[in-house]
Amino acid sequence: MRIGIDVGGTNTDAVALDGERVVAWTKTATTADVLSGVAAALGAVATQVGTAAVEAVVIGTTQFVNAVVEARRLAPVVVIRLATPPQTLGPFTDWPQSLAGAVRAQAHVVGGGHQFTGESLQALDADAVREIARNAPEGCEFVVSGTFSPVNPDAELEARDLIGEAQPGASVTLSHQIGRVGMLERENAAILNASLRPLADRVITGFAGALADVGLDVPLFLSQNDGTVMNLALARAFPILTIASGPTNSMRGAAFESAETDCVVADVGGTTTDIGLVQGGFPRESAIAIDLAGVRTNFRIPDVVSLGIGGGSLVAEHDGEVIVGPESVGHRLTERALVFGGDTLTLTDVAVAAGLAEVGDPALVAHLEAAFTGRVLAHVHERIAEAVERAKLSAAAVPVIAVGGGAFLVGDEMPGVSAVLRPGHAPVANAVGAATANVGAEIDRIYSLTERSRDDVLDEARRTARARAVEAGAVAGTVRIVDEEDLPLAYLQHTTRVRVRAVGDLGTIATPREEQIHAAR
Amino acid sequence: MQLDEPVLDDLVTGATILAAGGGGDPYLGKLMARLSIREHGPVPLLDVAEIPDDARVVFVAGMGAPSVVVEKLPRASEIVAALDTLEQHLGYRFTHVAPAEAGGLNAVIPVTAAALRGIPMLDADGMGRAFPTLDLVTPALYGASTTPMSLVDEHGNRLVITAESNDWADRIARSAMITSGCVMMSALYPMSGAQAKQWLVRGALSLATRLGKVVRTARAGHTSPVDAVVAERGGARLFDGKVVGVERATEGGWTVGEAVLQGLDAFAGQQFRLGFRNEYLVGRRDGRIVATTPDLLMALERETGAPIPAEELRYGYRVAVIGLPCDERWRTEAGLRASGPRRFGYDVDFTPVEASNNDTVTDEVAR
Repeated sequence: MRIGIDVGGTNTDAVALDGERVVAWTKTATTADVLSGVAAALGAVATQVGTAAVEAVVIGTTQFVNAVVEARRLAPVVVIRLATPPQTLGPFTDWPQSLAGAVRAQAHVVGGGHQFTGESLQALDADAVREIARNAPEGCEFVVSGTFSPVNPDAELEARDLIGEAQPGASVTLSHQIGRVGMLERENAAILNASLRPLADRVITGFAGALADVGLDVPLFLSQNDGTVMNLALARAFPILTIASGPTNSMRGAAFESAETDCVVADVGGTTTDIGLVQGGFPRESAIAIDLAGVRTNFRIPDVVSLGIGGGSLVAEHDGEVIVGPESVGHRLTERALVFGGDTLTLTDVAVAAGLAEVGDPALVAHLEAAFTGRVLAHVHERIAEAVERAKLSAAAVPVIAVGGGAFLVGDEMPGVSAVLRPGHAPVANAVGAATANVGAEIDRIYSLTERSRDDVLDEARRTARARAVEAGAVAGTVRIVDEEDLPLAYLQHTTRVRVRAVGDLGTIATPREEQIHAAR
Repeated sequence: MQLDEPVLDDLVTGATILAAGGGGDPYLGKLMARLSIREHGPVPLLDVAEIPDDARVVFVAGMGAPSVVVEKLPRASEIVAALDTLEQHLGYRFTHVAPAEAGGLNAVIPVTAAALRGIPMLDADGMGRAFPTLDLVTPALYGASTTPMSLVDEHGNRLVITAESNDWADRIARSAMITSGCVMMSALYPMSGAQAKQWLVRGALSLATRLGKVVRTARAGHTSPVDAVVAERGGARLFDGKVVGVERATEGGWTVGEAVLQGLDAFAGQQFRLGFRNEYLVGRRDGRIVATTPDLLMALERETGAPIPAEELRYGYRVAVIGLPCDERWRTEAGLRASGPRRFGYDVDFTPVEASNNDTVTDEVAR
């Protein structure tokens, strides 16, 4: 049995999953210190199922993305780019000042790096790296970003060793471990990762402590952006890979709960509704550069349309025009909404008055007229239906899975939608998604086709991705390729960039029954 | 006209539209230009009519694979070195720089050269759009020579090529570029002010700036950016549809392929095929050609008007395909020989976008 926990801005949810069945769940408010809420949710679920039955715990958390957005609790970073000096567009180019101010300790460009073929661009300037490492401020994090390191990581590895010699125990993030081709975007992601490492250390130590407190001595994992999990050592090293785990878990959890592998998921939270497409059980990923707190990165994160509509959205009507959101009472719903004795009219109040939801005291919203609640809900249904239509890839009707605390805000019928499904544990889909996470690996490389065929390099990429997934903990028989593309490089003959992603079941806890089910698919 | 930071933002949006789906991501060029402007002040953008006949003008351009440029970032010192190297060979200094192409990354690379040198940039280019090779420029239609040209790389190599023909210049420059690691900076097509007046596409950068501005204004005013672009340039909205398939292959180093779109709204029930070879080149609506190179075909995101390069076009995108007329010289017999559909392997005749406008009208009347 696995426990999945989702730490959101408003709620902390937990579920216990036995095979494909949710056997216990809880929904609690996210606490200011986060950790006590996690401990409470974990305790509640573990008590229901009995600690002895629990094999693993998977946590998805928004703490790291929040730290970046708020530019708080971030560590100072020394960046060493391996390229041809001087670089006009150095590290921290195009960063918002507040975030750069919080993160930037030093930025250097040192001779080194590789060509797109993997050959050396120039010899690494080892003296310069040593000098920087010796003089770096105490307690700083290091980033090494080498030209074409996703093709050949040697220069980055060499620089890391030099830093380690000069400053034993130094914490170094290598860009090839984080991102794909695209120097600025990959370097940016590596810098954000480095700045999050000390926080990740504290957060993860806290989570591990919470497990121990409820008497659980089982493996703990963190959810990452692509719907797979990381063990704690990896999570401490690469916290940035968790930043989009929230929407990913929500979408995967919804698809899992409703047994649909191809569908549109509408996750209605307290402040926003996130709508995205699931294909083959995984969220469709965005193809474009992603701005994270104003910093351009090239992660693949779920392609999600976000609407300013949620259970806590403020509702008003001016001159017959209904206005819903984007302002929301957020996590203060239970203080401020009318049904909880507050003074603010929210969507939750409207839903309760219309008989769609049963929370708080319905008597407190009895004065809302049916005609008014009807207009508000029609407006909400229409906006959600438009966003669903945008998320779809074809005219063919697809099911919509409505999840999240405000799932009751999604209408029952929409154009181009075969059915609106409301899975049994919709309010805790994120936690279900966390519990069902897989293990995976991705290859993103440029291959020369002068002496090899396209099929040959694709085969190699697939084999490498599968092998890496197994190394990461996947059960060999369950590993499958979930995404692949190859893009010929413009202007270069016989060169192609191949990206392959493989995932499989988490080996340490997969039961034989699960293995059979997945192998049969 | 002064090229300052706000103008630069509009220019880059417009340059991405004029790139016709190719040209490389101008984000890096924008960062370079912005830094240059911050350090050295705004760059004067001159109408070619304003410059003396004896002005010394040259194109400044990056040559390389877009997927390599994002990793080996452009460097200001190389851009200036490309000028230095050609000047040393010729024995004189350039008074003005110009972009070879107003589309994509190369639209803004000369901004850095102009800012660092303190010389003006011309509001003109050699294409009025983007094309995949540097022999496809309007000066070549007048018999101008690509060379002498300089090529500079990050290793400190500096080449000057004097070629027997423009075709040789392109082939030799390409070999050097690949050997060096797939990005080089170049100064090429040295010309006089008098020649620039006759040869270049006048107003290409102010056109890009206007296109960027109408997109920005339309977005702010919640009107259609796509219609605004079409109206500004006098083009045609050829199709609205959802991408239902994209085929890509590599042929001789080009990204070659075709996207299939299923019609939406006014175009419901119709199909559009958009052929590309780095740039978008041929558009067919329900089997009939509605626009071809050298006119500009571009895919814009339907609602935001965001230009979508051919490399990024994917299944599920909802786009408006627009056609914009090219510079008239590309439509001459010599111009079409150089840049018409047959040049890129399509066995079809050039169809001007204006013809598709009439088509659309007829179609609608028929319905």
